[in-house]
Amino acid sequence: MRTQTSGPAPQLPEKHYLNATYGIRSWLLTTDHKRIALLYLASVTFFFFIGGFFAMMIRLHLLTPNGYLLTPDQYNRMFTMHGVAMVFFFLIPSIPAVLGNFLIPLMVGAKDLAFPKINLLSWYIYVIGGLFTLWSMINGGLDTGWTFYTPFSTLYSNSAVAPAVVGVFITGFSSILTGLNFLVTVHTMRAPGMTWFRLPLFVWAHYATSIVMILGTPVIAITLGLAAMERVFGLGFFNPAMGGDPILFQHLFWFYSHPAVYIMILPAMGVISELIPTFARKRLFGYHFVAAASLAIAVIGFLVWTHHMFLTGQSTYAAVAFSFLTFIVAIPSAIKTFNWTATLFGGSIAFDTPMLYAFGFLGLFLVGGLTGLFLGALGVDINIHDTYFVVAHFHYIMVGGAVMGYLGGLHFWWPKITGRMYPEWLARIAAFILFIGFNFTFFPQFILGIMGMPRRYHTYPPEFQIYNVMSTAGASILAIGYLLPMVYLTWAAFYGKVAGDNPWPATGLEWKTQSPPLTENFEVTPVVTWEAYDFHNRPDLGLDVPSGKGSPGVVAPAHGDD
Amino acid sequence: MHRTGALYGQFKTLEQQKDTATLGMWIFLVTEVMFFGGIMLAYTINRHTYFHAFAMGSNTLSLGLGGFNTVVLLASSFTMAMAVWSSQTSKKGLITLFLSLTIFLGFVFFGVKYVEYAQKFHHHLVPGKNFDIFYCANNPTKCEDIDAADMAKEKEELEVAAKADPDLNAHAQLYYSAYFGMTGLHALHMVIGAGLLFWLLRESVAGKFNAEWNNPVDIVGLYWHFVDIVWIYLFPLLYLIDRHK
Amino acid sequence: MAEHEHTEHIVSPGTYLVIILTLLALTGITVFAAFVNLGRFNIVVALLIATVKATLVVLIFMHAKYAPERTKLVIIAGIFWLALLLFMTLSDYASRVDYRGVRYPMTQIISHTLGNRA
Repeated sequence: MRTQTSGPAPQLPEKHYLNATYGIRSWLLTTDHKRIALLYLASVTFFFFIGGFFAMMIRLHLLTPNGYLLTPDQYNRMFTMHGVAMVFFFLIPSIPAVLGNFLIPLMVGAKDLAFPKINLLSWYIYVIGGLFTLWSMINGGLDTGWTFYTPFSTLYSNSAVAPAVVGVFITGFSSILTGLNFLVTVHTMRAPGMTWFRLPLFVWAHYATSIVMILGTPVIAITLGLAAMERVFGLGFFNPAMGGDPILFQHLFWFYSHPAVYIMILPAMGVISELIPTFARKRLFGYHFVAAASLAIAVIGFLVWTHHMFLTGQSTYAAVAFSFLTFIVAIPSAIKTFNWTATLFGGSIAFDTPMLYAFGFLGLFLVGGLTGLFLGALGVDINIHDTYFVVAHFHYIMVGGAVMGYLGGLHFWWPKITGRMYPEWLARIAAFILFIGFNFTFFPQFILGIMGMPRRYHTYPPEFQIYNVMSTAGASILAIGYLLPMVYLTWAAFYGKVAGDNPWPATGLEWKTQSPPLTENFEVTPVVTWEAYDFHNRPDLGLDVPSGKGSPGVVAPAHGDD
Repeated sequence: MHRTGALYGQFKTLEQQKDTATLGMWIFLVTEVMFFGGIMLAYTINRHTYFHAFAMGSNTLSLGLGGFNTVVLLASSFTMAMAVWSSQTSKKGLITLFLSLTIFLGFVFFGVKYVEYAQKFHHHLVPGKNFDIFYCANNPTKCEDIDAADMAKEKEELEVAAKADPDLNAHAQLYYSAYFGMTGLHALHMVIGAGLLFWLLRESVAGKFNAEWNNPVDIVGLYWHFVDIVWIYLFPLLYLIDRHK
Repeated sequence: MAEHEHTEHIVSPGTYLVIILTLLALTGITVFAAFVNLGRFNIVVALLIATVKATLVVLIFMHAKYAPERTKLVIIAGIFWLALLLFMTLSDYASRVDYRGVRYPMTQIISHTLGNRA
């Protein structure tokens, strides 16, 4: 086990951000990025439960071919609301709003983000959007699929489309403001000596994510706005009877929603880039390539959206172009995967829980990413589009990738956030349970997809039952894998062993301050003279790593920018 | 409540604070570009596909009012830029004057917009159940604000357009969806801008802006100019589609 | 940009006056041009003039000409992404054959090139 066991037991610092002020107002009106991160933690976890509930309903219903649990209309509502809750209210905010908000000022050496009040506003916007969507879920539900395709969503659906669409629209602004805050913070709030190429890759990943949030989210905002206008006022851009075009909706929708998946995965990749060097105790291999790859994913990710529309009557020319671009976007992800693996080579590897999640990420993201290429291949896609193959593909990336990254990050930074350590052995067991449960849930779905089981159907041919039962069984194991960390992390926040400043030890600037940090993060503004992940030139970490390699670094004259 | 010109806690210098706020506003404007971009795309595709209906729709708009509004908005950009200059040169009285002028011009724009919208409502040109591009042609007495010469021209245009496009009414509704969508969104942004300007006015009267600290005037100016730029595009796209008959 | 201590460049009222007069003139030209039958090029001329106007507003009224490099990058990124949205989506529409009976120019060029085998 990696954590330091020598020396006197660390004490919890007297003053920190959690006990600086008391009372509900000090939390609801806080502008401290760390408290806001915890506000987000509570709300995204709430929506995770909501989405998880709907997932449970789906899997229980699919235990039998002719579905005894739900009517077809109810089933449509289950998968729709599962998707909406998970995508917009859990996956997109999770790592940026919880870990990003907490860590980015610490990692760049600032007292807070560039716009702390806007940060708080973004949380309130998220909550208000969430309330609208919850209202929709309770009052009639939503049955259009999380993709809201027209004209069903605008003209024919009998569900509560308008409030849901308004809710997602509002929450989009939360995303935009978070991205704006991160971009400006990285540009103007870095501590002296923290040059661009000394930034942790977690920050690079969030910078790239923020670019996507800024450029993509407004497009879904206007799209959903137009869809709401159509439903309520009869506008008509997506209504064939008026000469409108449902395909236009799909173009506008996917222009955002494809880059949105990179909003979900880039932060997780950023977490992995922190975990692997720490637990291999080795500098990240190819820092510049990984940073560049993050930006490349963000940019190229905007060029591929039509691969969700291969079967809408596209011309061969457009299809070939987008298929080609889809293959290209896999390259930067592959570069990152190779670099992470190369970091492991020759490292001193420890299997603490965060590292287990990192390993899980590596394997599962690989499968998810590669199956994306299957879907990007035109001939193959004709057969597996809208089948469970797609469902399995995106769950491997979003759950096997993004959620693993999120959990790995939560465990890794829990000692910093709470000042206390989670129970390591219980955590490792939970990670294994999660991994096993995950694979039992989703691997059979690849097989179902190849066999032809369509997605979003409430019934299926009897010969598919064995795989559906396996998937549901896996889901119940997966649920345990999720519940365990929720319980022990909460327990550990109050009763865990006091962790000290840097229990791992890790090289980031956030580990040079107390755990939990002061409200203003650092007593004195740090001056950075070392490179990222430089285990060799950090005697303060107390490691017996041979020193000398690499230059100590030069202090740049001022904080801020380019 | 934070005092204008005071240094916020997370910043080291006033210069850093200014730099940060300005960058923040520019990035926000980029999000606005993408936001309007979506509806511009919808407009572009539908204009190309239903050119006759779009031309017809465009010609029912008053070029005079639209042109006037364009001049008003451009002038308001000028007065806004002058307000920024006044704050950069610490001319307190002039800041207040130019901000007031900008607000005034903004309200003139709203007034004209109201007149236009009211007219459209009256003529059954608002998308929805009652939309009817032929309403005024069929009921000239209900549309007395169109004079005889213009009414004759409109009837003629309608005939030609209806021949070219048998489904003219449905497609004209798409034009008006674009019209109300784009100008409505624009007007909403202007209302927000007006609110920001009122706040600036209050602060400037209280003497908060000078050569050392004028960042809020600057960044509200950026927002206001952006709103002007949107209209610079909306005017030809909506009012000048096919005027040369 | 190493430091943000650049002295603020103050644009003179004279410059602003020249710009506003130019903008008003261009507005006049755009209305005038709308009454001239240029066929397919009416929209091109209209958008070109609008872009010149927008450029003047961005460069002078919004001080982009005197802004740090980073601001210019942000502006260009915004325009580029808008262009991405518009052109890539239009490329799908343009390459569809017989899209509701309307043959887009691109489709005609393609099928002509391929001798109507497409």
